[in-house]
Amino acid sequence: MNQEELNNKLAEIKDKLIDIEQKANNRIYLLCEAENSYAVNKFLFEDVPLRFVITTGIDSDDCFEILYHYAYDQTGCMVTLKAFIRDREKPAIESITPFLPAAEWIEREIHDTLGIDFKNHPNLRRLILADDWPEGVYPLRKEVKR
Amino acid sequence: MKQTVKKPVLAVGPFHPLQEEMEFYQLTVDGEKVTDIDVRLSYNHRGIERISETLQFDQVPFLVSRICGICSASHPLAYVQAVEELAGVKPPERALYVRTIINELERIHSHILWVGLAGHFIGYDTVFMWAWKYREPVLDLLEEITGNRNNYGNVKVGGCREDIPDELKPKILKELDKIEKKMEMLTKAVLDDPILHARLKGVGILSKENAIKYAVVGPTARGSGVAIDVRRDDPYAAYGDLDWNVITQSEGDVFAKAVVRLLETFESIKMVRQALKKLPDGPVAIEVKEIPPGEGCGHAEAPRGETFHYVRSDGGNRPVRHKVRAPSYVNVPSFRASCIGGHIADVTITLAAVDPCYSCTERLAVVDQYNSVTHNYETLLQLSREKTAQIKKDFGSSGLKMEDL
Repeated sequence: MNQEELNNKLAEIKDKLIDIEQKANNRIYLLCEAENSYAVNKFLFEDVPLRFVITTGIDSDDCFEILYHYAYDQTGCMVTLKAFIRDREKPAIESITPFLPAAEWIEREIHDTLGIDFKNHPNLRRLILADDWPEGVYPLRKEVKR
Repeated sequence: MKQTVKKPVLAVGPFHPLQEEMEFYQLTVDGEKVTDIDVRLSYNHRGIERISETLQFDQVPFLVSRICGICSASHPLAYVQAVEELAGVKPPERALYVRTIINELERIHSHILWVGLAGHFIGYDTVFMWAWKYREPVLDLLEEITGNRNNYGNVKVGGCREDIPDELKPKILKELDKIEKKMEMLTKAVLDDPILHARLKGVGILSKENAIKYAVVGPTARGSGVAIDVRRDDPYAAYGDLDWNVITQSEGDVFAKAVVRLLETFESIKMVRQALKKLPDGPVAIEVKEIPPGEGCGHAEAPRGETFHYVRSDGGNRPVRHKVRAPSYVNVPSFRASCIGGHIADVTITLAAVDPCYSCTERLAVVDQYNSVTHNYETLLQLSREKTAQIKKDFGSSGLKMEDL
């Protein structure tokens, strides 16, 4: 696929997205709500298919953002799926580890640092926090950072 | 009376002061066979992503170059590329070439370092001694160019801090010739050695399907037939202007990964030569005053694979979020696919073949069901070496070419 074909392929999942932003030639950002992220991720990894790079968790202004970074190596394009978790009290999102084992660690890490519950994750134990770190304190949340 | 069978657990890790990361492996073993593997990490979590948010944009490269002593050119490069993307900055041509040269010299010394350590783990200490001797002049060159053997601190948003003086060019070329000759000898010795074939082929296989599922990168992916390389796929610095090849092997075993690294060293030498020849005139940096609000992704091919940085700015002088993904973060979990079903004596070299930190293998211990240590690092290393020695014996000592180096 060339870049144009990739863009067309990505447009197939449009109904599950809020928006598609093209910030540079080969940098595409897809925006979606948390409840659609599983379906969109499955589409990106299995149907396009893209190479999974990593996930970034951000404590944003009024929501949590989970950014799934993918690469399409044939054209050097980076596709980032931004999923918004609006519920700040009990933030949760569907885990993608069941079909994408590469995401196991990073979902555990985001669970540690931001307290996001990854539903159906097969092994949501602590990854980076020490054993004696207090429960319920999430080091990358804004209230802790300040 | 029937006794309950408890699964013996092999503990690997967690601490070794010489290496850049600490990891802890628990291998469940059935006799000599590995049946499960669990990894724990973050014994030395430094909170780099969080610290980065407290630093100004131009201070961050110094921080991220300290993520890994060996990849101390790749991390800052991926970071500045992310910032340059979000700020729409294009560094001058000469800076792109200087970045390429430093990053390829880094790859050369990193790959040679790996060859030496791999030799050490399977009982070829001559390889270790010689490989590290060949690596030394590369570090000297980096010191002459940047002032440091590691943690070069040469890349910044908008270009490079220091230029490569033209009078240094002949010296670099001369050293490269010497290194190339030595590496040819070493590579030929490895590729022709029947004992190394017997010891490393078919060991720790990572299939192409698993390489994709675990999203591995770098020589780990290329050794499993996944032809990805950021330098070619999303060309940055001056890689688009150079003539070079992406090395792949299809077997996915330890030998394939060794071949990929050895042959890549020659590609890197080729690239440095071309870059020196084409090095354009002009400044090595432009001034970047303000970083606008926005976000950017930067990635670079580190010696171990793709290093990825994501930076978000709110228009202030510090990043509001900076995500770092080092290649080992995706390469290490693939041990689940490559170690399970293997032999304990092969674990050391299978773990090492990914070229993670070696802290793991330095603190190996086999623990039985009563948590008493039955094997430690020494005996496990011994197991690995004995297997090589047995193969050597089966072949007869005449096949031993490596020791003749």
